[in-house]
Formats: sequence, C-alpha cells, structure tokens
Amino acid sequence: MTELRRRGAAADPDSTDNLSDKEADGDDRLGLVGDAEGECEGDTKANTPDVPPSADNTPEYLNKALEGLSSRWRNWWIRGILSLTMISGFFLIIYLGPVMLIIVVMSVQIKCFQEIITIGYRVYHSYELPWFRTLSWYFLICVNYFFYGETVADYFGALVQREEPLQFLVRYHRFISFALYLAGFCMFVLSLVKKHYRLQFYMFAWTHVTLLIVVTQSHLVIQNLFEGMIWFIVPISIVICNDIMAYLFGFFFGRTPLIKLSPKKTWEGFIGGFFSTVVFSFIFAYLLSQYQYFVCPVEYNSETNRFAVECQPPDLFIQQEYTLPAVVENTIGQKTVHLYPFQIHSVALSSFASLIGPFGGFFASGFKRAFKIKDFADTIPGHGGIMDRFDCQYLMATFTHVYIASFIRGPNPSKVLQQLLVLQPEQQLSIFNTLRSHLRERGILPPAVLEAQ
Amino acid sequence: TKGLFLFKGSETEGRADRDGASDTEGKQDVPEVPVPADDTPEVLNKALSGLSSRWKNWWVRGILTLAMISFFFFIIYLGPMVLMMIVLCVQIKCFHEIITIGYSVYHSYHLPWFRTLSWYFLLCVNYFFYGETVTDYFFTLVQREEPLRILSKYHRFISFALYLTGFCMFVLSLVKKHYRLQFYMFGWTHVTLLIIVTQSHLIIHNLFEGMIWFIVPISCVICNDIMAYMFGFFFGRTPLIKLSPKKTWEGFIGGFFATILFGILLSYVMAGYRYFVCPVEFNNDSNSFTVYCEPSELFQLQYYVLPSVLQSATGWTTVRLYPFQIHSIALSSFASIMGPFGGFFASGFKRAFKIKDFANTIPGHGGIMDRFDCQYLMATFVNVYIASFIRGPNPSKVIQQLLALRLDQQLHIFNSLKAHLIEKGLLPAVEEAA
Repeated sequence: MTELRRRGAAADPDSTDNLSDKEADGDDRLGLVGDAEGECEGDTKANTPDVPPSADNTPEYLNKALEGLSSRWRNWWIRGILSLTMISGFFLIIYLGPVMLIIVVMSVQIKCFQEIITIGYRVYHSYELPWFRTLSWYFLICVNYFFYGETVADYFGALVQREEPLQFLVRYHRFISFALYLAGFCMFVLSLVKKHYRLQFYMFAWTHVTLLIVVTQSHLVIQNLFEGMIWFIVPISIVICNDIMAYLFGFFFGRTPLIKLSPKKTWEGFIGGFFSTVVFSFIFAYLLSQYQYFVCPVEYNSETNRFAVECQPPDLFIQQEYTLPAVVENTIGQKTVHLYPFQIHSVALSSFASLIGPFGGFFASGFKRAFKIKDFADTIPGHGGIMDRFDCQYLMATFTHVYIASFIRGPNPSKVLQQLLVLQPEQQLSIFNTLRSHLRERGILPPAVLEAQ
Repeated sequence: TKGLFLFKGSETEGRADRDGASDTEGKQDVPEVPVPADDTPEVLNKALSGLSSRWKNWWVRGILTLAMISFFFFIIYLGPMVLMMIVLCVQIKCFHEIITIGYSVYHSYHLPWFRTLSWYFLLCVNYFFYGETVTDYFFTLVQREEPLRILSKYHRFISFALYLTGFCMFVLSLVKKHYRLQFYMFGWTHVTLLIIVTQSHLIIHNLFEGMIWFIVPISCVICNDIMAYMFGFFFGRTPLIKLSPKKTWEGFIGGFFATILFGILLSYVMAGYRYFVCPVEFNNDSNSFTVYCEPSELFQLQYYVLPSVLQSATGWTTVRLYPFQIHSIALSSFASIMGPFGGFFASGFKRAFKIKDFANTIPGHGGIMDRFDCQYLMATFVNVYIASFIRGPNPSKVIQQLLALRLDQQLHIFNSLKAHLIEKGLLPAVEEAA
C-alpha cells in the first residue's frame, strides 16, 4: 500500500499540469492515494494495473510561451487554448459539410474504441495475446459494416438500386453481417489458449461492451446528422456549453459539493450551468434555424452524386407566434412573441444535457477511478484523450435520437418505400389500395372515378 | 498451482485439464465455486441404486432427456401463448444462472443494490423488446385501447427513460471501495442481457413466423447433441478440439449427417399441418392466437428433378418435396457445424471461471443454460435466414409506418408505388388525373 502511495506522490509534480478532469487537481490524487483501502477488494491484489502516468506532451512552443506563469495559471491557459482550438475545429468541419462530418465522427469513434481497448489491455496485461488485438479490430469493422449498411441502404436508395453488386449486398445485408460476425466468433473460440481462458473472455466482453457503447451511439449521431445538421450541432454545442459554464460557475461561486465521485463538481456549478445552458441553447437555436444549410435533411442527390441540403424548411423551423402566459406578459410587456418551435425543443435538449448529461461524466469518472487511470489517453494536451471529451456526448446522442423518433418525425419515407418494393406483389397491391382510399379520405387525391380494374 | 484444482467426479469434458488452473492473473481470483450438490430426486436414486455409477449416470441422463423432450412436445401442443411464456421463463432462469456465477466470481453478494439493478435492467430490456413485438403483431388491439396507444407511440422514449433511470441509479450507487467490482458486474449484466435477452426475442419472432420455424431448429440442435454423443460413444476416436476433449471427429461428422436426415424427415412430417406452418396471428375478435391460413408456397409439395447421380442411385426421376425441406438442410447444417461452437464457447467460459455446470437445476444435466448454450446461435441464425431468404418486411408494419408519415410524403410514395406496379403490370396503365 505504501508503495502505491509513494508512486502516487512521485507522479505529482510533472502530472499536475496534465490533469484533464475537472474534478481534480489535488482531489483526484487524494482520491487515489487515500483510497488505498479501495485496494482491498477481493480481486485486486494482483490486478491493480500500474498504468504509468501520461507523459506531458504539450507542444514545445506552448511551453515556451507560458514559461513565465505559475503552474496553475499555465494549466488554465493550456486548457483554454486547446478548448478554443477544438471549438474552431468544430466550426471548420461544420463549414466543410456533411461528408466531412461523417468522416470526423468515424475517426472519433475509432479513436475512442482504441483508447478503451488499450486500457483493457493494460488492465489485464494481455499484450501477449496478439490474436486478440486483431479480433477486436475485426469486430469493430463488422459492427460498423452492419450499421453503415443499414444507414446506406436507407438514405442512398436510388444509388443502390442502380448498381447491381450493391443491390445484392443490400438485399442480403443482414445475412452477410451475421456471417462476418460468426467468423469472428469462431476465431475467438479457436483462439482460446489453455492458460488464458479467463483473460480472453474478459477481453471479449470488454470489446463487446465498448462496441455497444461507442459504435451504436456514433451511428445514432450520424442518423441525427441526416435529419438535419442542426440536430447534430445543437446537442453537441449544448453539452460543450454546459461543461464550460458549469466549470466557470463552479470556479467562481462553487461551494457545496455535488457528488462524492467527482469532488470538484458543485451544486452552484450545476444549477448555474443548467440555466445558462438553457439560455444559450434558446439563442443558438434561434440563430441556426434561419439557415437552410442547417435545417434541411441531408439528402443524397443521385444525379450529382453529392449531398445536398436544400428544401422547404419544415414547420419546426418556421417562426410562429406564441401567446405569452400572463405572468411573463407583465414582466416583459409584450403580448406575443415570435419563436421557432425548434427553440422549445431545444429547451428540452438543454435540460437533458444539464441534468442527465453529467451522469455520463460521473460514469466515466467512476470508471477511471475503478481502473486507477487518470485519463483515457493523452491525445489532447491538458484535456486527456478523445474519450475524456466525449463522455458526456454519448448519452446526449442517444437522447436526441430517441427524442426525434418519438416527437419529431415519423419513419423515414425512403426506408418505407424500400420495404414496399421488396414485398410480394399481392401485398403491394393491397397496400396500394389501402393507401389510395386513405389519401382519398384526406382529400389529397381526387375522389374515385370508378375505373374498370 | 496444483492446489487450485477443484474437479471432482466422473465425466464431462475438461476435468483432466490441470493447466487450466494456471491463469497468469488467477492467484487470488480463482473462485472457489462450491460443487453443486447431487440433487437427483430420491425416487430415481432408489430405482437405480443397484447399478454401477457409470450406468447410473447414463440412466439418469437418459430419463431426464426423455422427460425434457416429452415436456417439449407437451408445450407445443398447448400452443403459442404457452410457448412464449416458456421462452420467457427460460430466459429469466438463464439470466439468473449467469448473474449468480458473476456474483460468485466477484464475491459481490454484499452489494445488495446490484442485484436489484440487474433485475431492473432485465425488466427494462424485456419491456423494450416486448413493446416492439407487441406493436407489430397486435397492431389493431393497440390502436383500440387508449393507454396502449400512448405507450406504443412513445415506446422508445419510455424505454430509454426507464433505462436511464437504472443508469443513474448505478452511478449513484458507486461505493468508494467497490468501484471496480461494480463496473465488472455492470459489464457482466449488460453482456448477459445482450446475449440472452436479444436472442430469446429472436426466438419469439421466429415463433410468430410459424411454429415450424421454432420447432425444427430447436429439434435439430437437440438431435445433433444426441447423435454426436451417440456416434462419439460408439465410434469416437479422434479428438476434435482441445477445449472439449470428449468431442470427437467421428461424433461431429456422424452427427452432421444424422441431423440433416432428421431435419428432412421432421420437416416432411410437420409441413403437412397448418398448425405448424401458418404464421401466428392475433385475432382481434376472439382475443386469442390463431394459426389458420393458406399455406405459403414454401409448404406446398413440388416436384424436383433429381440430378442424374441420384437418379441412377435411387431409380427415381423426380421427387416430391416441400421447398421447406431444402431450407431445413441449411438449418441443420448450421446446427451441426456452428452450433457446437456455441457449446465450445460455453465450455471455455466454464473453464475460465472454474465451474463445472452453470447450475444444478436439472439432475445429470446441470443448469438450464447448459442445455441451451447451443440454441442461442441457432435462434439468431434462423431469424437472419428468414429475414434474408424467406420473407420480406412485415406488411402490416409497413402500412403502419406509411400511415404515420406526413401527407406529402404519403403522396410521393403513392406515386412511386403506382409507377412501380404499372411497370410490373399489376395495375392497368390508366392514368387518372391525380
């Protein structure tokens, strides 16, 4: 135990600058050291991974520029500069368009997967199982293939119908994906080595849980993107804003601790972040709703072979007049107010981001505490790994997707059409008749001129 | 490391494997899972007290096998509703068995919150899946009842909210000294849910397609188990895989051919009955399940011309078969070739965690999970097979989605569909002013 304490203390000077978590400077270290009792779990004596503290990889020029400042302010500056860099990067890729966004989402997903799997390897000392690294990446490719196939088939319907090999792949997509997955499963079973059964099962489970969390949610992000870039930008911005605002409020006004897991979070930060995020999202939604580029569903134009964002803005993005409740009327003095309906939805999104989003962060903190790691990786100076930045985003992506599916849109029309065309002819005919009578009822089609059928 | 053995007694694979004990990280982790007590009912014990222990074991297994198979036939007779309930019970029992192993492995009995949370997650995932199924198949019933309609419209949101509650409870329940244990149990629960619950729901989907799609795959796997065992017992010589020393190539190949033959015969027998062949439908008026329909082409006898090789061998030119019998060959091939991998996976799992059986529910056979380990891969395969080769999307689901779209989208689809049908010649090409 004392050995670990010493190790923790020795890591102090050079890694103070690299703490990525908001909760943290001395607190997390205290958490690690004082948590020596935490070692006395049934299974940890041999298992506590000695994950080496991440080396400081702040670029040289930043180091030189900030030499003069004390270490606390230096840390602040590094985090600030990197935050601004990341936010600018975000705007740049939005400008570059949907294809770029999809590529970036893919890259983030792969990097997060790699970070988590690397942690698994270190925890279980399973570097010497080379098969397993191959298998993990193979499973990642399989699951991605499955999900992309489902998406591509939906949105690229026209393109797919044209090309013969694509048609074959789409028609038997599930079968092909399942066969690929089974091949991986059999490889795993055949690769079981006598002395390492348990390790291998652990890594197998670790890989699958990681896939479940990281890959499914990155695909939900892409589906949100296809709904309209605003459904991608607004949720992500809200989470970033909540992070920053909660940090600032906590920094200036923080007094009451929020949860034992993250000692640096405070109730003041939490509540302040909540209100400021709601206001931010309200304003931000107003700004973005005016541009077709953000509001229109992303569609693939078969003729030009590119993505297009052009449409008649849906009702959600057309300003409407709302009558204010009497209370608010007296305060502001206005009777009605012009709002985009989307702004009201954005309040729901920001409430979720502020209230439930932090639980994703607590989960990640608990995970890091459980496996005695400080950051997921050291990719971003001052911030840790990619996963550290994205831990709150995942819950948000799923929530946005479920929200859209439940409250905003119905099923995807191109997918419905595709399913229709696959049915048996008699079934198509019966659906055609049902649809025709339904449309006639609604007055969309002229009433029946009885034709001889 | 020699002191870490815990194999006792007679048969099953793997007991001779001493080195399985020396995992690199196993020193403190080897769970001393107590060997399940022998709980063969007294009556059987008395009846077999005369025989030697090897034959006694054989008889116990044989009697229990027959009992389980009879039970299987009995519940088929009782109908789809009972089958669904049995599938649900099996699922719950398997989940319970695996979670209990997790508790034993991690000594986490003293985390009471976690037991509650595991069962809560099981409920959530089941609620989600049953909601998806119910909405598809009970569409009319759901539209009638107001509370059901709301539950169905916002189903995903409600399921997600329920899951999130469990997630937040987990985060709030993290206790300082037990972070790692709790994360392990969280991961263990989720993987178990992924394997067991999703696949039991695929079984129910298969069931709704027609009871034959439920019975034939399960029977093929059982037959393959029994046949491989028999062939191995009488002719077994060459070991198949280090994981399961008792499996042999003779058993594997003999089981393969025997199962294919069995599959063809069983399909022939079953394809003649509407009870097995028709999709299970919910009749709104009588509020019960019915299996009544015009058998699809798959279940109507057709003439096939035999390839010349077989012609010379059997002396027939053509043979009358149900197309389904040809599909059954694919199903039984999968059961014989891939099914055992599910068994090897379970063996590896048992070796890794040093347990002999998943539980001791069935005397002579171990737990429910021991009987069903090969079935799970089969259920997924059958579902994927049906989706890819047999049927397209469910028409009632398509109509439901269609009617949920916006009117302009409906019109657009209407026009596309009309053009498609006219092209195929199903509609007369009379252009009405639309």
